[in-house]
Amino acid sequence: MSLVLDIALCALILGVGLATVAGHGVFRAVIFFITYGLLLAIGWARLGAYDVALAEAAISAGLTGVLLLAAHGRLRRLSAAEEAPLRRNLPAALIATGVALALGWAWFALPDPAAPDLTAALPQSGVGNPVTAVLLNFRAWDTLLEAIILLAALIGLWMLARDRAWNEPLGLQYHARAGGVMASFGRVLPPIGLIFGVYLVWAGAETTGGAFQGGTVLAAVCLVSLMAGVLPAPRIAQTAWRAALVFGPGVFLLSGVAGAIFAQGFLALPPALAKPAIVTIEAALTLSIAVTLVLLVIGPPDDGGQDA
Amino acid sequence: MSLTVFAMTGATLVGLGVYGLLARVHMLRRIMAFNLIGSGLFLFFGAAGARGAALDPIPQALIITGIVVALAASALAVGLVVALARSSGTACLPDEAGDT
Repeated sequence: MSLVLDIALCALILGVGLATVAGHGVFRAVIFFITYGLLLAIGWARLGAYDVALAEAAISAGLTGVLLLAAHGRLRRLSAAEEAPLRRNLPAALIATGVALALGWAWFALPDPAAPDLTAALPQSGVGNPVTAVLLNFRAWDTLLEAIILLAALIGLWMLARDRAWNEPLGLQYHARAGGVMASFGRVLPPIGLIFGVYLVWAGAETTGGAFQGGTVLAAVCLVSLMAGVLPAPRIAQTAWRAALVFGPGVFLLSGVAGAIFAQGFLALPPALAKPAIVTIEAALTLSIAVTLVLLVIGPPDDGGQDA
Repeated sequence: MSLTVFAMTGATLVGLGVYGLLARVHMLRRIMAFNLIGSGLFLFFGAAGARGAALDPIPQALIITGIVVALAASALAVGLVVALARSSGTACLPDEAGDT
């Protein structure tokens, strides 16, 4: 029975993926892409990877969807949203089929996994959720560098701003009609999202959740508030936003250095202090992740005009 | 068995993404195709990590990292596409604009 469900789900995922690539019209492709992310999140839940399912739904479907929709709006304003219909491209089809077949072959050629058993090491990590233990303790290097990659991407994005637009508010200008749907959303959703986001971070230590999922929910809250006009649009030069960007990576880096001085090595957490350290790092990281994601999604300052 | 279904779905998604990346000329379409490649690989990897007796948390953690990095890369790519459209009036690469 569950196999039938999985096959149906995978067929849906593939159908929506195909529509994203081959369907007619860029706008429709964006909508299919958002649907694709939500279906894939259900797939992750079917695989038992609930942390990934949350991240997929919040980041891939939600934030990437907002990003692509906003990009489509900007391109339409520059009359660059139209595209030519799909033409058959035999070499591309051959290469794509070859890659898919090679991956399919690799699946059956893979040796059985001999995964390291984490159950013995988990009590020393300070948290009960093995995914959080891997992210914030056993493989903290990856997470630290990831936080820095987010910053690097944001700096790269800001480099695309024109000089005369540097001090403008970031992103598109939104006008929410007073009493309209967006204005009501802006009042109703943020309190709920705020509680849910903070809960996800706190719960992530023991069960499903974590800094990235919680941070994404908080980023969504911030985006809704910006679009509804509840929050003023941020500017690059504002110190508070900049401080929020570097706060999380800064705390993470400091705790890593403290580990190098007082414990076994850089980013090493002594088991007795692991839980409070992880919760502190996660809280700081969540704030920075949320702010970085918001600024990445709304894009560089833009006065809307075309280059001469 | 279900794991094989998900892995094959992942492999097919990678193929779809590669095709979109090569055959579509609109850059927004290519960003989506690139994301299809990424998520197809994640699905393949996640299914591979779920084969053992217990669910392996390390692939899950790496996939979450990957999803976040994919968003950062997409945001930068979208910024570049908008900048391209701003300066050239089209969201296709110059040497492919003739193909459209």
